[in-house]
Amino acid sequence: MWSWDDAQRMGAEPVIEAIVFWVLAGGAVLSALAVIVPPFGKSPVHGAMALVACFFCLAGLYVLLAAHLMAALQVIVYAGAIMVLFTFVIMLLNLSDAEMGHPKYTVAKGVGVLVISFVFSKMLRVLGDTDVPGFSAVGDSGAYGGVKAVGNILLRDFLIPFELVSILLLVAIIGALVLAKKRV
Amino acid sequence: MTPITPDHYIILAAVLFMIGVVGVLTRRNALVLLMSVELMLNAANLTFLTFSRVHGDNQGHVMVFFIIAVAAAEAAVGLAIILSVFRHKRSVNVDEVTAMKR
Repeated sequence: MWSWDDAQRMGAEPVIEAIVFWVLAGGAVLSALAVIVPPFGKSPVHGAMALVACFFCLAGLYVLLAAHLMAALQVIVYAGAIMVLFTFVIMLLNLSDAEMGHPKYTVAKGVGVLVISFVFSKMLRVLGDTDVPGFSAVGDSGAYGGVKAVGNILLRDFLIPFELVSILLLVAIIGALVLAKKRV
Repeated sequence: MTPITPDHYIILAAVLFMIGVVGVLTRRNALVLLMSVELMLNAANLTFLTFSRVHGDNQGHVMVFFIIAVAAAEAAVGLAIILSVFRHKRSVNVDEVTAMKR
């Protein structure tokens, strides 16, 4: 673990980065677990609040990765807009316990979780065998991850996908309206 | 304490993705199901940003931008479907939504 000699050898920055990473990563994993584990995630409102906490932790990790624009979007779009939509629907439905459905633990689910943990162990194995290069130095000049840098690429190299996404959002608006309205 | 490498971020993203998959597999509440899907999309975002940083290239950020937009569209349509299912069935339990099975 941490020692003063390490800090002297590496300089203060990596140590601070490591501390921030572990705090945020722990927070993200714990709040993600709180979304799905029944005692905490029993009520969907609690699950939604845990998910908001998870999104904030991830936004912090994005800042650590020098992705400043994406961190801002994560907070504004995910933790803001999408989760407001979720909590709005949860409160609109105002579910009773019976309407929510009781969690059933069947053999098939147990097998599914086992298969998933097997896939996970294989993923870790592959990652252990692969030599991922370290982070490249990006500096603070805003040439990486800033609004200007990402916006330039977005509106120059990815202009057509960008316009397609706007059409997709329009379709989603109309689709949501048609589905949610009582009488079309 | 070891310095943080891309491996740390990739493993964290894998763990978050697994939590999302387990949520989709084990929970039957449609709202929690959608939230688990959001969790998986976020794990993918984290991986994109990690490799973007490894290569020092901004293109991963553009992908994350698109994923966020698609996630917003998916959440809007998914919640609208849950609303209309609830109106017909008085339940958001996906085990009871079996109209297509018969």
